[in-house]
Amino acid sequence: MSRRGWFGLVLVAALALVLCFLILPVVAIFVDTSPSELVSSLGEPGAREALRLSLVCTAISVAIIVVVGTPAAYLLATRRFRGRATIVTLIELPLVLPPAVAGIGLLAALGPNGLLGGLLDDAGIRLVLTTAGVIVALTFVAAPFYLRQAQSAFEALDPTWLDASRTLGASQARTFLRIAIPSAGSGLVSGLALAWGRALGEFGATLMFAGSFRGITQTVPLAIYERFSSDFTGALALSAVLVAVSAALLLAVKLLSGSTALGRAVR
Amino acid sequence: MRAAALATIAALVLLLAACGGNDSGKPELTVSAAASLNQAFTTYGKQFDDATVRFSFAGSDELAAQIEQGVKPDVYAAANTKLPDQLHAKGLVEKPVVFAGNRLVLAVPKGSSITSLADVEQPGVTLAIGSASVPVGSYTRTVLDQLPASKRDAILANVRSEEPDVAGIVGKLTQGAVDAGFVYRSDVQATNGRLEAIDLPASLEPEVAYGVAVVKGAQHPQQARAFVQGLLSGAGRRALQDAGFEPPPASK
Repeated sequence: MSRRGWFGLVLVAALALVLCFLILPVVAIFVDTSPSELVSSLGEPGAREALRLSLVCTAISVAIIVVVGTPAAYLLATRRFRGRATIVTLIELPLVLPPAVAGIGLLAALGPNGLLGGLLDDAGIRLVLTTAGVIVALTFVAAPFYLRQAQSAFEALDPTWLDASRTLGASQARTFLRIAIPSAGSGLVSGLALAWGRALGEFGATLMFAGSFRGITQTVPLAIYERFSSDFTGALALSAVLVAVSAALLLAVKLLSGSTALGRAVR
Repeated sequence: MRAAALATIAALVLLLAACGGNDSGKPELTVSAAASLNQAFTTYGKQFDDATVRFSFAGSDELAAQIEQGVKPDVYAAANTKLPDQLHAKGLVEKPVVFAGNRLVLAVPKGSSITSLADVEQPGVTLAIGSASVPVGSYTRTVLDQLPASKRDAILANVRSEEPDVAGIVGKLTQGAVDAGFVYRSDVQATNGRLEAIDLPASLEPEVAYGVAVVKGAQHPQQARAFVQGLLSGAGRRALQDAGFEPPPASK
């Protein structure tokens, strides 16, 4: 056998190992859940409320991230200024923060005794233990996933396109909206999917900052944790649903981003 | 730049190695214990000579569920007797013994205007309680169920979070996220004056008894039994007493 053949085997073995390790727990969730259990666990009001809450909160948080994050990422990608590298690092920090640290940080910043607690209180805003608090926690942990992806998508654009647009008389805002965003589309959409997936799975920061209460702050991961001790089957079924929703999201995004001509052009 | 990065990583690795070392040569005893036992057991663990003790603190129900799923600590200590008894009935742990008692109290931040159970019935007051499956939550519901339905419902309507263990309730209280919560007296004592305990009326107070058992198939059964023995008479008993636990209820 040639040397290359030997190395090829190592590569294949490594990939097989990666695949088994990453897929096995997901497969186990479905093997251990019968379809009837899945359906009956979904019929339970607590589970449905958790699903609804998860979808609503993640959708709002992703919307906030996209609306604010897109122009912010565009600025970071297209301008060079002092302190830019520091800002990029700071923005990416939440990526590597443990969720518990995120939860503590949010409490220390926005909690009733936190840095801005008094200010929020005066304004009549209460985030801790409310649905709004869930959205804050999700936004905090998920935003860097989108920002990072969006920034590299904008950086990959050919600057001459943007220059051409401006030479032809388009304003900066118009260039951003009509040229940059559509051209970076597929990168933005995949960032959106990553952020959405991260938000759907968020557990620690939500529990610490927003607590766990059915219909108000108990998202699907918290509902799964609550069922773990009392109703393992229910926990498995709800996990299966979360896997399915996340997978559908990922798939939809892949199809969507693959189907735009501009998206292909960028890639 | 690169050298600095490598140096940083090397320093972190060394730091981690320094933290995680167990070079005493003693066996490592794993103890799964109710979150409310954190302070007492940590103190006891440092004094325990037969082994280096590694603790896993969480809601008693979560820890029991882990054991049912095949996790094998050496010792399981719960904030009730029901969970160890259930595991015993399933043949997963040896015969449990009752080793401590505790008192369920209404905890409030220091200087709170809340002074009685009646105060938390008022609209606008916010509460954190344990979820139904964790012992502290189940004791809380036992207390509330003895109240007239209107009072019980008024209190439940003020609940803002159902926490998976006492640590969560205490955290929400010390952070000012809620006005009051039901925890154990020892939890309040552990906050060093940041929280105050309001006794429940004697007629409502549930009997809180802690059960402990050696897990079947434990890696270090000898040391596990010694650990349990020390809870009944010895350093463990003293640590529990210092942390504000009561002696085991006599009726058990």
